[in-house]
Amino acid sequence: MAKEDSVVIDVIQPPQGWQALNFSELVRYKDLFFSLVWRDIKVLYAQSIMGFSWALIVPLIQIIVFTIIFGKLAKLDTGDIPYFLFSTLAILPWTYMQSVLDKSSNSLVSQQSILGKVYIPRLIFPIVPVLSKLIDFSISLLLLIPILIYYQVAPTWNLLFIPVFVVMMMAVPAAIGIFLSSLAIRYRDVKFALQFFLKLLIYSAPILYSADKIPDAYRLLYSINPIVGVIEGFRACILGTDIPWQYIFPGMITCAIALWLGAMYFKRMERVFVDVI
Amino acid sequence: MNDTAIKVENLSKYYRLGAKEATNDSMMASLLDTIRSPLKNYRKYRSLFDFSDIDSNPDNILQALNDVSFEVKSGEKVGIIGRNGAGKSTLLKVLSKITPPSRGTVTIRGRVSSLLEVGTGFHPELTGRENIYLNGTILGMSKKEVDQKYDEIVDFSGTEKFLETPVKRYSSGMRVRLAFAVAAHLEPEILIVDEVLAVGDAEFQNKCLNKMESVAKGGRTILFVSHNMGAITQLCERAIWLDNGAKRLEGDADEVVSSYLSAGTAGHSVWEPDGDQGSVNSDIILHKAQLIDPRDNTSSVLADYDKPLRLDIKYEIKDASRNIQILYRVTDMKGNVIYTSIDTDNPGAHGQLREKGVYISSSILSQHLRPGRYNLSIGTRNGPRRLDMYEDALTFDISTKGCDLVPANRMGVTMPALNWDVKFLSSEV
Repeated sequence: MAKEDSVVIDVIQPPQGWQALNFSELVRYKDLFFSLVWRDIKVLYAQSIMGFSWALIVPLIQIIVFTIIFGKLAKLDTGDIPYFLFSTLAILPWTYMQSVLDKSSNSLVSQQSILGKVYIPRLIFPIVPVLSKLIDFSISLLLLIPILIYYQVAPTWNLLFIPVFVVMMMAVPAAIGIFLSSLAIRYRDVKFALQFFLKLLIYSAPILYSADKIPDAYRLLYSINPIVGVIEGFRACILGTDIPWQYIFPGMITCAIALWLGAMYFKRMERVFVDVI
Repeated sequence: MNDTAIKVENLSKYYRLGAKEATNDSMMASLLDTIRSPLKNYRKYRSLFDFSDIDSNPDNILQALNDVSFEVKSGEKVGIIGRNGAGKSTLLKVLSKITPPSRGTVTIRGRVSSLLEVGTGFHPELTGRENIYLNGTILGMSKKEVDQKYDEIVDFSGTEKFLETPVKRYSSGMRVRLAFAVAAHLEPEILIVDEVLAVGDAEFQNKCLNKMESVAKGGRTILFVSHNMGAITQLCERAIWLDNGAKRLEGDADEVVSSYLSAGTAGHSVWEPDGDQGSVNSDIILHKAQLIDPRDNTSSVLADYDKPLRLDIKYEIKDASRNIQILYRVTDMKGNVIYTSIDTDNPGAHGQLREKGVYISSSILSQHLRPGRYNLSIGTRNGPRRLDMYEDALTFDISTKGCDLVPANRMGVTMPALNWDVKFLSSEV
């Protein structure tokens, strides 16, 4: 028998109140985490003819439709930036966030068969899509190459900030997904409500319209929504315009709080998952 | 190595029972109810995990585990037995951290793997190889451990050719073999196993049991739930008997199993006709049938492989006849008839006159039945007429004790220890 250096001692007790997150446990299960990510990636386009091209086709069609409706017909003003370019830079992170949110929120309900049969830190489930959907996102970034060349956008030092917004882009749906996945265990309403709200959520951030249109008085209120920060930051990094930190910092704070609250709620609910599912 | 691996103290687990919902008889009431139902549903779902009313409203709450305490020493093999719904699976779920206890404490020293099902998390779209890794990590192995065991797992499963094929194209048997192969190569310090051996065919079950035995010999702590009393006595030194969520008995596996079996909760060693079930015909009336072990213990339903039980059938004959036959039939748990025996089978016994009166027909059951559980049906005949047949009147178990056959897993409905003659002929090849 392979004896470990130190004996693991586990005390199982009825949980009371709020629980602290057990990070060392999450680290111990990192191999499982990556197998689940791998499973998601493998399974997503299994037995499909187009395979990963779907990651290009879906946002491209969305961008074209939005450009026709909001750019050409409604003639929304996006300053000096052509509407096609403007919406491309928003749709790509938005598509990612939307798909993570959807997958993550249903992650526990859809994998209840595993939940009831073996113990693994449940927090893994809503976080897996955050990573697995990054593949789709990276592929969709390929769309940017021809578009940026066509509009002759040159890279600037702003690109160095991209990691900040990628992290934020991952944190936002993670926070909401962690919260909603545990809520969905008890109330399946989440599934129905989410489909509807995701459609509305696109209007809460400057994806189809420019943030300049928001009256000054409401700027702070508007930028509490972290999606605003992600979209604005992402756009400014690629285009090389000034990064509008005033839109971004409030969102970062909300995002951090949401992540913490979501994880706390998740831990609190974790004890009843299996009995209520 | 004599320290405690698992310590369970005053463990309780409650579940909320579904309350009956009021039904409406008018359309207006239904309409009002639809409006009110979100609030009602909210309260209902909230109450699912709030047990503060356990003392005031106990009818609503199921006590799946009720104040259970025990200890398991490191390296010990402990069997958990009990009827369905006795709390065995709940106990395992609490011990493997799947569901938290409502009251009490469990302290576990060592790495635990629990096997409540084989093939947890198998994904039909993934290939065999990918599923080995996925399932292995779900069961708590690291990728490195799976790497090391990979060849052994593939070998054990016998699916080499199909490793790059999605599991959805596997036959169900192949899938189970692959899943068990992964599970069998877990190497935790403490292994918790539910009735996973109940899947697959007899040959597969035996293979699993043998693997479990070799794991057990490796000095690991094992907690094992099963309805197969033979497996429990074969594998475990100690057993815990759960009844209605509470611990009823704990001790030496053989003793606990035999008192569990004789408590009538498992086998039935005595049969007597119910009032209305009493003999339908008037020719012969069965009074009683019972199983008796070689030590004249009348309440035993567990027999050693080589020391079969005796069956006594007491009956009354109303009219003298030459054609009366008392018979019994042994069937296994899958319903296969193993054999039928009749009390006129002795040479010359057929056709003898039996006068009016009370009789006992006795017979020793067949030796060398496969270890396992059997049903026994009792019947009467008068000439060509079948009179009564009491299906599955008695139930008994055959243990592996007294069986020296190696290997013990072989094909066949019965497993006779037959005499062989091996002669040396010549040393020339």
